[in-house]
Amino acid sequence: MKSSSFPTPAATADAPSRDARSLAALVGFGFALFVVVALVAIASGQYPLTPAQVARGLWHGVAGGGAPALADEVLWQIRLPRIALASLVGVALGAAGAAFQHLFRNPLVAPDTLGVSSGAALGAVLAIFAGAGAFTTGVTAFAAGIAAVLLVTLLAARIRAHDRTLTLVLIGVVVASLCGAAISLVKFVADPYNQLPAITFWLMGSLAAASWPQVASVAPVIVVGLAVLAALSWRVNLLALPEDEARALGANVARLRATVIGAATLATAASVAVCGIVGWVGLVVPHMARLVAGPDFSRLLPVAALFGAIFMLAIDTLARTVTPIDLPPGVLTAFVGTPLFLVLLARRST
Amino acid sequence: MLAARELAFGFPSREVGRGVDFALARGETLAILGANGAGKTTLLRTLLGLLAPRAGRVDVDGVSVASLSDTERAKRIAYVPQQDVPAYAFTVDESVAMGRAAHLGVFARPGDADREAVREALGRLDIAALAARRVTELSGGERQLVMIARALAQRAPVLILDEPTANLDFGHRARVLAELDRLRNAGMTIVFATHEPEHALAHADRALLLADGRPLALDAPDLALTAANIERLYATRVRLVHVEGRRYACVPE
Repeated sequence: MKSSSFPTPAATADAPSRDARSLAALVGFGFALFVVVALVAIASGQYPLTPAQVARGLWHGVAGGGAPALADEVLWQIRLPRIALASLVGVALGAAGAAFQHLFRNPLVAPDTLGVSSGAALGAVLAIFAGAGAFTTGVTAFAAGIAAVLLVTLLAARIRAHDRTLTLVLIGVVVASLCGAAISLVKFVADPYNQLPAITFWLMGSLAAASWPQVASVAPVIVVGLAVLAALSWRVNLLALPEDEARALGANVARLRATVIGAATLATAASVAVCGIVGWVGLVVPHMARLVAGPDFSRLLPVAALFGAIFMLAIDTLARTVTPIDLPPGVLTAFVGTPLFLVLLARRST
Repeated sequence: MLAARELAFGFPSREVGRGVDFALARGETLAILGANGAGKTTLLRTLLGLLAPRAGRVDVDGVSVASLSDTERAKRIAYVPQQDVPAYAFTVDESVAMGRAAHLGVFARPGDADREAVREALGRLDIAALAARRVTELSGGERQLVMIARALAQRAPVLILDEPTANLDFGHRARVLAELDRLRNAGMTIVFATHEPEHALAHADRALLLADGRPLALDAPDLALTAANIERLYATRVRLVHVEGRRYACVPE
């Protein structure tokens, strides 16, 4: 046996990249990138703003004064709330995706594995069918998303199985498919001239109606979800082990898992409620984050959240600038996400 | 240190075994042998407190395991499971640090004392050089040593290992068994499941032979592991050749 004398060039080369300083550098770089993307997003759109207009507008908004200008309106009432909302959604999906991938010990799951998106979609579709306004639709979607996950976890708890995470995933699939069938049924009977287009647009997802009240209504929910994940971040690592191992190490796995599912679901449900179903972000972003930050959740969480914001903001900016009409961001995330995911799968170093 | 009293074990819907009764002192090693499906892993999970006994009890340090919280239990009994492919590429350092979970609050992360415990555990097994490697890049033998290091970082007086030498090459097997001897000599109470009668003979103070969940024999290894008992256990004729001291060669006839 020679393990004490193993040559470990990889070890020494790897070590400095994994300490706290490198995390700070990584987060710093990510934040700088985010600011750049945000500045591009502020300036671009159907009414392009010059850097001077952006600077002046930001100054007017913060310090007050200045003559009311169209540029200021565009900046503060259209661009900034949309940027804030896109970033929040990205943060939520990136963080929730990372949490779920740990929880299920599987890098191929997404935040909606337990049915939150399908439940929210069914809630929204029913609300639209009932003639509800945008706000009620959002609230219904949020509540239905959480209800779907509750249903999945309660059903899973009633089934006695050795592999509880697999049971959760399978019941998630079942409930999601049931919601899908119900959505089809509602679409089938909905008024084809008003309701059906509204339903279809909601399902494709959009950030076009972003407003400050919307930001204010989802931000606290997402912040709470993330705060819980951040507080538990080191312990979440134990969920990436087989359940017996985690329990033998002293973790209360049932409680920890329920808490993480709850926190990640809150964040996901809030983001689905304001912008509809945006796939791929919660799947691809945690992958990219793990590539650079490693799997330790206390390092992974901030990086996944930041990357999520950058990814979602970049996608939404593209979605509203490449064509004269707003493309649904969910369509673009799929177009960008699928090839990216294939590349990541091919590398598969995490 | 670790005692099973009139233990019946299994799942709520199905009994796997019963009649297991032993008490291990500090620094004693028990080897559990049995054919595939004899209930070794289920017994180990019950001793660990991961499965509730169907009857009887498991005591550690005079306290019933069932009465302990997850963290209290983990401070007393550490576990090295059967080899499993890790889901994510944690570093050896990160993996071993997870052994500190029972000593940390729910919201805490490892501090200096924990990092010291990790360093010490890696040092004891002579694998400090692996600290920054990712567990997914290690050989099976190296990974097994890392799992033992994680259990050592837990600083529990009892160590339970499920087939610690399965799937290891010859050298790593010897290495892992030598480490178990060292840990026993340092005062740890050890229970390990194995498919190798020779390992039980050379490295355990007592051997428990499980046939269909029932103890076929529970005694000093050389008394429990007779050729006749081994034949009954595995339904194969064997010859037991004495090599020297506690070393035997067990060969099928």
